[in-house]
Amino acid sequence: MSLTTQQPPAAAPKNVNRLGLTMADYKGAESTLCAGCGHDAITSQIIKAFYEYGVEPHRVAKLSGIGCSSKTPAYFLSKSHGFNGVHGRMPAIATGVMLANKSLISIGVSGDGDTASIGMGQFVHLLRRNVPMIYIIENNGVYGLTKGQFSATADLGSKAKSGVMNDLPAIDVCTMAIELGCNFVARSFAGDPKQMVALLKAALGHRGTAVFDVISPCVTFNNHEGSTKSYKYAKDHEELLHEISFVPFFEQITVDYSDGETSDVELHDGSHIRLRKTDKGYDPTNKGEALDTLRKCQELNEFLTGLIYINEMKPDFLTLLNMTDEPLATLPQERVQPKEDDLREIMAELM
Amino acid sequence: MPNQSPQVLVAEEEQRLNGGPVINDFSIQVATVNGSGSQSSNTVLMRSIFQMGIPVSGKNLFPSNIAGLPTWFTIRANRDGWIARRKEIDFLVAMNPETAREDVMNLDPNRVVVYEETLKLDQYRRDLAFFPVPFAKLATEITPDSRLRKLLANMIYVGVVSELLEIDPAETETALTKQFKGKAKAVALNKTALDIGSKFAKQTFDRTVVPYKCQRMNATKGKIIIDGNSAAALGCMFAGVTVATWYPITPSSSLCETLADYMKEYRIEKDGKANFAIVQAEDELAAVGMAIGAGWAGARSMTSTAGPGISLMQEFIGLGYYAEIPTVIFDITRVGPSTGLPTRTQQSDILSLAYASHGDTKHIVLVPASVEECFQMAYDAFDLAERFQTPVFVMSDLDLGMNNWMADPFKYPKEKFDRGKVLSADDLKRLGSFRRYADVDGDGIPYRTLPGTNHPAASYFTRGSGHNENAAYSERPDDYKRNMERLNKKYETARQHVPPPEIQYATGAKIGFLGFGTSHWAIIESLDQLQREYDTSVSYYRLRAVPFTKHLAEFFERHDRVYVVEQNRDGQMGMLIKLELPAELARKLRSIRHYSGIPIDARFVTDALLAAEKGGQN
Repeated sequence: MSLTTQQPPAAAPKNVNRLGLTMADYKGAESTLCAGCGHDAITSQIIKAFYEYGVEPHRVAKLSGIGCSSKTPAYFLSKSHGFNGVHGRMPAIATGVMLANKSLISIGVSGDGDTASIGMGQFVHLLRRNVPMIYIIENNGVYGLTKGQFSATADLGSKAKSGVMNDLPAIDVCTMAIELGCNFVARSFAGDPKQMVALLKAALGHRGTAVFDVISPCVTFNNHEGSTKSYKYAKDHEELLHEISFVPFFEQITVDYSDGETSDVELHDGSHIRLRKTDKGYDPTNKGEALDTLRKCQELNEFLTGLIYINEMKPDFLTLLNMTDEPLATLPQERVQPKEDDLREIMAELM
Repeated sequence: MPNQSPQVLVAEEEQRLNGGPVINDFSIQVATVNGSGSQSSNTVLMRSIFQMGIPVSGKNLFPSNIAGLPTWFTIRANRDGWIARRKEIDFLVAMNPETAREDVMNLDPNRVVVYEETLKLDQYRRDLAFFPVPFAKLATEITPDSRLRKLLANMIYVGVVSELLEIDPAETETALTKQFKGKAKAVALNKTALDIGSKFAKQTFDRTVVPYKCQRMNATKGKIIIDGNSAAALGCMFAGVTVATWYPITPSSSLCETLADYMKEYRIEKDGKANFAIVQAEDELAAVGMAIGAGWAGARSMTSTAGPGISLMQEFIGLGYYAEIPTVIFDITRVGPSTGLPTRTQQSDILSLAYASHGDTKHIVLVPASVEECFQMAYDAFDLAERFQTPVFVMSDLDLGMNNWMADPFKYPKEKFDRGKVLSADDLKRLGSFRRYADVDGDGIPYRTLPGTNHPAASYFTRGSGHNENAAYSERPDDYKRNMERLNKKYETARQHVPPPEIQYATGAKIGFLGFGTSHWAIIESLDQLQREYDTSVSYYRLRAVPFTKHLAEFFERHDRVYVVEQNRDGQMGMLIKLELPAELARKLRSIRHYSGIPIDARFVTDALLAAEKGGQN
């Protein structure tokens, strides 16, 4: 497993997806993050997932707040519009973008500081509203750009590079997301590209907010002995819920349920996630079990990865608003401006 | 106060003192308890006078409280059409035991007091005309329900006042039916209360004792009554707003709430779906963030707030300015600083809007003075925001936003929307490429594309960090400076597109007023007072937008002294003007400031001007 992937493998010209686009069409600018940064590994898997899924780049809106993680939208999908906003406020931007144009596919990249500290209020309300978007938290437990302060997801007892111990409990974004009614909650590890790409594709097939918490070690400030967000710690403590594969809606499903070892979850867009059970026998559609499992793992200092919770039955925010099918942004004047008689009627009421 | 008392004023005052008649020129104050349901009654009373063709205005002076604290509603009827607040009260309806004594003590001699009998207010003064009414007792005749009785007592006073002022009962009934439209039971119940009130007054009082009378005029025909927030909401709807995101705050909440009501009626498509989204956000940061996100994605977006919300929105406003994203932000200003007096009016957010956010920022601010302008400027703001790709403010205030104003019906906007410089996929096919922040046309305004545009060259990366003309990250000094200078040029271009001032040059006038927003109503009445009572001609410049236009310097050049009239302590608009004018013109600026939280009145302006002029001569 490569931990320092910065560039996806170069695609041969004939290697094209269902839209006839190459992997190169999904790349972005050169990363300016530290060599070996977990965030770059995630960037690579975003490129791969969007390429393999065959997402039209022009339909994507890449959104972020402030921080190392929030720089990454510049490093993938250069043919998509991107918006690097203000610290912790990407959810508001994302909500506005989706209200304006419901045909877009929003992918937001945030960090643990951007989400769980300054942006907590907005994150919580994004989940509550279930705004359709993929929300990635590149979670490394520290503030990188300001040189290594603890964030709110740093584990109790985790040691900073300076030797200082963290004496506050961590906020578990996945537990919180489930509690707040988020219907797609997954966690992965920047060092597990296979799982990450399957979960990203699953998130693309989901309609609603898909929270994807990725432990993404900070090689400069939080990858040392005593850190609970280092590559080594994550690898040693990872608990796989299941092995995940993904069958997109445009591919034929080969049915092999018979062994009783796999289960399928059908997503909003007709794609399927196939989960091969581990000895845990975990059911990600059971909210109570999800919360219970997360809590147990926290107690045992285990780092749980996989699709933690999914529910494809809940309506997203735009559906609740009963908005017209076309993007609001480009509706013509004659549709959004009431007629002269309407104004006359309103004026008569006020006389 | 000037010690000379001009002839005209004396004549009018004598008429008041000598028992009238004073026709169509008086103010009524209704003192009640907040939450007692007096608002409907007051609206009915105001509308009845309006329907008799008499110019009228209503102002609600209310506490920051749901129920229990004192509230005063004043109605001014004025045959000459003056609708600013008038300090003096002619006719008091004292319903609140808490304030009744003080309310009575504050009156000038020979005024009229209608009051709840049990309050025994006639013990406090001998120089007023008292009309005791057993409101509580009369209400028990209608219903045994004690809660309902309290509400109906309010309608009983409308009956009493109407009888004493000789308001046509048919008009009161029409106003009542309109107020409770579609609720037959409420209409019937209130009608009973109204009749009980007028019957009681007719049988008990000699109405000729009351000098104030309503006589039918023809000055309100075809006019509407509306509050500024509703007018602004209509402006937004007819401007085709598609995304409105807001957080509740006094005095702006009713803007988006009214918008939602109108949109549900007029912006639902045939298939039952909405061609808009209105979202109540979790706070003002989110509200403006959503509006900016929507503006970026191409929607006509807006939010509405008051001073504290503007403070919270600062960071996003800077992003909107620097990343060049259109949105419309309404600031219905109230008394600051901090929480201040949330239910009182002030014009004190001028500087915080003009320069909102850190770094070098400056913004377009539209300043409506009337409900017509609330409608028109709300409409214009969307065109300006999209034309200039920047947040545009509309600065109204509590007095304008929440009070009822008389106005001509709004004109239907016939022009095509100005959606600004947006490149489509077809444009890009023709052009091949585009540079997001390049000044192609020399006006400082760049071209943009919307997410979702199906062309490989359409995408760009928006950021609040330093960027070059291609929207790429840049910390280069030359890129930074070029961009900031272009933004400045854009602001300069805006001077030619914002609403120009309205200017009256008085013949031979050496002095001028400069005013804006709701101060306008006090100023125009003051101009009349100065002319009639003191034979003094004063010019008037009504500012309608920031940035200022070329007319400003000219106005200062043509006068020796210019009095900037505003409703804040520090003379904020004056400061802004001083920053722009050359020193020799800035020296001519004088300041008249009213900042008690109560709307400014004409007499205050007149007296302040006279005192300053007198002082200046000494």
